[in-house]
Amino acid sequence: MSETYTLSFNIKAMDFSAAGEASSTIKKVLMHLGMPPSVIKRAAVCSYESEMNIVIHSYGGTLTLSIDSSQVIINAIDIGPGIPDIEKAMEAGYSTAPEEIKEMGFGGGMGLPNIRDNADILEITSSSAGTNVKIVINIGG
Amino acid sequence: MKLSDIISLLNAEPLNQFDPDIDVVNACGSDLLSDVLAARYDKSLLLTGVTNIQVIRTAEISDIKAVVFVRGKRPQDDVISLATKLSIPLMTTSNSMFAACGILYKNGLPPGDVQ
Repeated sequence: MSETYTLSFNIKAMDFSAAGEASSTIKKVLMHLGMPPSVIKRAAVCSYESEMNIVIHSYGGTLTLSIDSSQVIINAIDIGPGIPDIEKAMEAGYSTAPEEIKEMGFGGGMGLPNIRDNADILEITSSSAGTNVKIVINIGG
Repeated sequence: MKLSDIISLLNAEPLNQFDPDIDVVNACGSDLLSDVLAARYDKSLLLTGVTNIQVIRTAEISDIKAVVFVRGKRPQDDVISLATKLSIPLMTTSNSMFAACGILYKNGLPPGDVQ
């Protein structure tokens, strides 16, 4: 694959019935393209955690999958309100999610740590105007 | 361990149609879906008390082979429909999480996340 393949999804805040659909499609696309199973798994986990973060913690955003010959890139971009303390948010178990989210099985403070553990490169920038999470997974390992 | 063995050991009720000869190689018990996503399971059984649609999405993303709901919990029809569409077998058992995990462990189903 010489050119970049790109696919974008709009993710609505607090829409729990649709949450996960974008990541399900991303996983299917990666499988269809014949990506190695470990790349598919890592990308799917990163995508799903990012998608849930947009649903739970933001006012909405987009999830974009880009693939070229050497990398799978997932960009999760939302429109705020931002992560007040990124360092804290990267700590396993630290959560700002409300109780009703925890009852759904999320908000356990493992989202960003899970993404970090599965990504080859993770870049996070955040302000009150929004958060931009860039996840890179190398196809070669 | 075959799903037919799990049905019999847990006195579980299938919630959708599936092949009882499907094999799972290990299991995890969790109500925290990010913990399931963190552990990199494969061909595993998930035991959980959470019944919303995100359980099915988590199973799909994590390559969880089948799901058992504990304490007799039953998901809504839309959750069962999505699982069926994704070919994920669902069962419910009246056993508690601890009891269900203990019974399966005692009968040879190992944890999928041994450190």
